[in-house]
Amino acid sequence: MTTKLFGEPVRRREDARLITGQGRYLDDIGSSAYAAAFLRSPYAHARIVDIDVTPAVDVEGLLAVYTYEDLVGPMAEPLPVLIPHPQLTSPRTGFPLAKNVVNHVGEAVVMVVATDRYVAEDALDKIVVTYEELPVVVGVDAAREAVHAVHDDVPDNVAARHHQETGDVEPALAASPHTLSFTQYFERSAAMPMEGKGVHARWDDADSSLRVYTSTQASTSVRAAIAAKLQLSLEKVEVIAPDVGGGFGVKIVHPWPEELLVPMAARLLGHEVKWSEDRREHFTSSAHERQQRQEVTVGYDDDGRITALDVHIWHDNGAYTPYGIIVPIVTATQLVGPYVIPVYRVRVESVFTNTVIVTPYRGAGRPQGCFAMERAMDRIAQERGLDRAEVRMRNLIQADQFPYDHHLTFQDGRPVVYDSGDYVGLMDKLKALVRWDSFEERRAEARARGRHLGIGMAMYVEGTGPGPYEGGHVQVLGSGKVLVSTGLTSQGQGHETVFAQLVASELGVPMEDVEVTTGDTRRFGYAVGTFASRAAVMSGNAVALAARGVKEKALRIAADVLEVDPGDLEIDEGLVQVKGTPGASIPLRTVAVLSNPLRYAFDEAAKQATQFAGPGDDSKPPVAVGDAPGLEHTDYYSPVRSTFASGAHAAVVEIDPATWEIDVVDYAVVHDCGNVVNPMIVEGQVHGGVAQGVGGALYERMAYDRDGQLQNASFMDFLMPYASEVPDVVIDHQETPSPLNPLGLKGAGEAGVIPGSAAIASAIEDAVGRRIAAMPISPTELYDLVRSDADQVSNTKTGVLA
Amino acid sequence: MKPAPFGYADPTTVEDALDVLAADEGAKVLAGGQSLLPLLSMRLAAPTTLVDINRVPGLDGIEVTPDGVRVGALVRHARLLHSTEAAAVQPLLGRATANVAHPAIRNRGTTVGSIAHADPSGEMTSVLALTDGSVTVATPGGRETIGWRDLFVGPLETSVHGPAVVLDAFFPGLPERSGTAFAEIARRKGDYAVCGAGVVVTLDADRRVSSARAAYLSVGLVPEVHDLSDAVAGKPVDSADWAAAGELARGLVDPDGDLHASADYRRLLVGTLTERTLATAAAEAASRAGAGQ
Repeated sequence: MTTKLFGEPVRRREDARLITGQGRYLDDIGSSAYAAAFLRSPYAHARIVDIDVTPAVDVEGLLAVYTYEDLVGPMAEPLPVLIPHPQLTSPRTGFPLAKNVVNHVGEAVVMVVATDRYVAEDALDKIVVTYEELPVVVGVDAAREAVHAVHDDVPDNVAARHHQETGDVEPALAASPHTLSFTQYFERSAAMPMEGKGVHARWDDADSSLRVYTSTQASTSVRAAIAAKLQLSLEKVEVIAPDVGGGFGVKIVHPWPEELLVPMAARLLGHEVKWSEDRREHFTSSAHERQQRQEVTVGYDDDGRITALDVHIWHDNGAYTPYGIIVPIVTATQLVGPYVIPVYRVRVESVFTNTVIVTPYRGAGRPQGCFAMERAMDRIAQERGLDRAEVRMRNLIQADQFPYDHHLTFQDGRPVVYDSGDYVGLMDKLKALVRWDSFEERRAEARARGRHLGIGMAMYVEGTGPGPYEGGHVQVLGSGKVLVSTGLTSQGQGHETVFAQLVASELGVPMEDVEVTTGDTRRFGYAVGTFASRAAVMSGNAVALAARGVKEKALRIAADVLEVDPGDLEIDEGLVQVKGTPGASIPLRTVAVLSNPLRYAFDEAAKQATQFAGPGDDSKPPVAVGDAPGLEHTDYYSPVRSTFASGAHAAVVEIDPATWEIDVVDYAVVHDCGNVVNPMIVEGQVHGGVAQGVGGALYERMAYDRDGQLQNASFMDFLMPYASEVPDVVIDHQETPSPLNPLGLKGAGEAGVIPGSAAIASAIEDAVGRRIAAMPISPTELYDLVRSDADQVSNTKTGVLA
Repeated sequence: MKPAPFGYADPTTVEDALDVLAADEGAKVLAGGQSLLPLLSMRLAAPTTLVDINRVPGLDGIEVTPDGVRVGALVRHARLLHSTEAAAVQPLLGRATANVAHPAIRNRGTTVGSIAHADPSGEMTSVLALTDGSVTVATPGGRETIGWRDLFVGPLETSVHGPAVVLDAFFPGLPERSGTAFAEIARRKGDYAVCGAGVVVTLDADRRVSSARAAYLSVGLVPEVHDLSDAVAGKPVDSADWAAAGELARGLVDPDGDLHASADYRRLLVGTLTERTLATAAAEAASRAGAGQ
């Protein structure tokens, strides 16, 4: 029997290639390409008075200069609003190159193309743009106050008012035995993939076709956008995502201006053109996420059970809304987490600021929602004098309540119905994993060493694997090689491994025979993209279904040859054989040859399929009606709605009261993503997510000044944690399969990041006994907090203030 | 992030290097490049010529004598970090270089280059100050020695102007019956310190504190050395009040705030680091004094 592959910690097959420098990233492509570079706005808000490119013209090697005036047809229109929504009443997007006004530092104003990037930057240095500065809006509070407007025609700065409610919240709050209210803030961070964005375009003049490589999470949609904007027929445009050095959400946004302008230039110049984003550009010209002001009112009874929840959020969407209100919707709907909330109202005002656009970054609104809900749980526990774990337990949706309908509408336009889960199980495992109930002994031991120790926890439910669909194609070649392709893209997650595992497992072939291609529109034209923890759920199921189709056909053909019933056949190690009858078999590769009746033999194997090779049934056509030549199958998976993964995290922090340094000494994760295809890859996803969660909680922020200048636009001052700052993570798994898809999968990509800030805030609060109402928090801020008049809080009778 | 055009010269003698520097006012010396090259790439600096001194022989020596350690212009931090001979005469050299960034940077960056760069958050600028060190500078007029007080003029600014190459830095050895310690607090391991302190404690023959001196990183515009002896001098080493020295130090410094630390927080750290490093250094001094050193 073939070695079991589904569920096994198979080592990542892409690693050897990637870690020995054999990867092919965007900048590895097209060494003779011309280089594009961009002059970007130095002002957060300004009117462009004049652009003088003449001083640059003398730069040797300069080939072309483009401004808005050079854009024609659809290119001169605003960039698309990718996800329209009725509540997005004032959507605004920029132009590929700024027209008249710039709305954030880093907005592209001029593109130059030169023989290389050095020359291109020399030319940029000489271009003179005259700006007239306009008032600048930075931060949710300034946007909310609306003394100044980002966009003239949106005087209140509100792009969208997103509103959902499951009942009449005000009477429910009034009838609640207890209520509490609080306001808190969450800061900006960003995806910061190791590889920035990048585009390479090659125009074939004779063929009037375009091939574009781009470091994207959505190659099929980039293709459609380029075809539309450059007025090309879709079949004349190929878009390929090569190896991509991380995405984390920022590369799902498209088309970025550069994804249109670089192909435009390649076509106009008749030569390959390439642009590779540098880190400074990435900071000011890509996307950020996460700043919100949250006003929470929660009602609860004597036992700490929630009776009503009212949340009002001010969400900073930056200068434009190309990705609609997905992040606000995700915050609004995922905030409720694993809890029963009898009456819930959420209102999100999504507001413009003169800063980089806000689009999904791993977690995509969930870390903020989790922060609101979990901090409310902590406050209820403190107010009631209850254990924080106990309050959560009392509010959890129980295992017999699934499917659980929250009566909300999710980001896919479908109802928020939790398909399966065991949240009590998560909590039990978490408490055991982090030794929650014996923590006071550890606290006392630390105190004897002069250190403050604190523990915190947070739970989440994550809607994963949203539709509309993904597809998979599986083909067995006469060589025995199995080709698998799916349209969604890979950014280092291990898709090559996981999809190969699934197909090898379904088809009964050695994994080495399986080759996987993702994100290449030449191979698979229909796809949505990689985001929202959906690749395994969507493409995983699609390639598995495609493999099942191939298997069915293979058994049918083999049954004919072996003169047995297809039901008596199995495929093992690439051999189709009669169950229990050794010797009665045919290699799958031979079945592949026979599946394609031939007139011409081009090699030994092919002879078997030619017309004189053997006796055939001459009463039937070589290819049966309704059948097709070749051993291949294409299938699609389209879910009725999202599947809901879940988890619980706990953090233990140790704080030195002489320096207020915060050390995360323990980090425990219990994770449930349904059936696990590859536990090693899932754990890797969790580790990476936790690293970003710790970064968001303790290190990262976008430090904009009042003028909209980003003060820390480099890795020297934007403090992404190093390995030395990321704690060891202990993980326990729980598997509640999804009933929604054939493989029972739920997404795993974003989970690790979601509860980081909530759990760490809880732990720091527990350690120092002061209310934390904003994240992230640094040692210097913690020093300010403990000296301030911030509320003193205590979690237990033996707590720090006892 | 590509540098503006620049010329490049790789002289093989100091004199040739000085000739290139004299001929081009915008020329700049390149040694390890760990500070200069990022500035070039961000076009924050645009020297007309880079004078690469890596091919000049004789600049890569660590010369250890009982008086001190002379570190040549091409000595990488990593070599100094691992020099037991240098550490025997001046232990601060190894202790401080261990805090310089990450291994990749220590493998290329030079100690003298970081001193010539005069970053007040640099470890080796502070150690030069704390040890009362000096540099040797070659100019067309000859060679001169410049003490640290005259060298550091402001952040990223030294008194060395015109055509000049800093040939070496001299760190006097540790006096007898003395101990040292060096510590920093950084947001992430290997980052520029939010605050750092290097200290020297010297005892008298009766194991009483004779002097306590500290230099700080990232608290002023130039490296600062403060004499904290008033708080602890004359006290037996085992009962000196290092917290009082920390308190004294907090009052002596006048740090600025930035993105990563408020001025108040830096002052807190000055106190904490002073107290902790002095205690460590005193214990070492006591042990060396006990061993008859």
